[in-house]
Amino acid sequence: MKELLKEKLEKQFTTVQFEVIEQFDELTLKFDKSAIVNVCAFLKDEDGLKFNLCEDVTAIDWATRKNRFTIVYHIFSMENKFRLCLKVDVDESECSVESVSSIWKAANWAEREAYDMYGITFLNHPDLRRMYMPEDFEYHPLRKEFPLMGIPGTLPLPKK
Amino acid sequence: MGLESKLINDGFFTTTVDALAAWARESSVWPMPMGISCCAIEMMASGDPKYDISRFGSEVMRFTPRQCDLMIVAGTVTYKMAHVVKKIFDQMPEPKWVIAMGACTSTGGMYRSYNVVQGIDQFLPVDIYAAGCPPRPENLLNALMQIQEKIGKTRVKDFPDLQIVRYDTKQAELSLSKN
Repeated sequence: MKELLKEKLEKQFTTVQFEVIEQFDELTLKFDKSAIVNVCAFLKDEDGLKFNLCEDVTAIDWATRKNRFTIVYHIFSMENKFRLCLKVDVDESECSVESVSSIWKAANWAEREAYDMYGITFLNHPDLRRMYMPEDFEYHPLRKEFPLMGIPGTLPLPKK
Repeated sequence: MGLESKLINDGFFTTTVDALAAWARESSVWPMPMGISCCAIEMMASGDPKYDISRFGSEVMRFTPRQCDLMIVAGTVTYKMAHVVKKIFDQMPEPKWVIAMGACTSTGGMYRSYNVVQGIDQFLPVDIYAAGCPPRPENLLNALMQIQEKIGKTRVKDFPDLQIVRYDTKQAELSLSKN
């Protein structure tokens, strides 16, 4: 399966550089964020691959690295019983990536959560609102600079 | 209370309206089950035949706040949920009491975090804190008994803000006939 995946991707995307990482018995592909929609659509629809389940879309905040955020997609192929992890880097200055919710509907809420917690904008998302925090909240709690106990006065309580 | 034996012998007994009202109140505390997370499971368990909250006259868990005297806040209250809890509490008629059930509601518990209210006494007047994570049903019943003790000691003068609404039938009929 791993060989088939590499072969098909390299054949289809000649301009995209794929970095292949194997860890924890799982295959990870790392590539540039501009190719995310095309790669995902290919992985979902190509015969023999059929990654039809998007399990999670989340992000990692590296705080001090050059590309501050890494967006992580966990996708699963029911047909091949094979799990794949996709990673794309996003920098803080250009904190956006194309949404994959047009490919997997399940990505809709997962991307909203990633937006809420990290402040990464998902372009062309149908409904990019906050998932957990109040809609007028200004911060993104899972960013490393956000204090554990929050910023006093930003979340109002009802009067006694 | 041994009321029956007294009634057989004398046929009457003397008390004050205040004491009678307090006794009636404490013996039928109707809880509003504000079950937000895992404490709610123990709250449900306290209603089953083994623990049987109806022994204390509190089996009538009302899911509308308008018919309740006691709010059992059972579970982690987040900042977002706090507004809902307060809104429901405001709809309960006076006089009303609050049990903060479990560690989360009392102090924030293990959720020392930006999103959980560190104790609901920041926005609600809590009467009894039940310790535990979650508290066992016996513990909730103990909290209920303490609430009953507290209610039993109340007198009319403790509720100066209570408004007694008298329904004047004659006046109502008059206004109806005018319309």
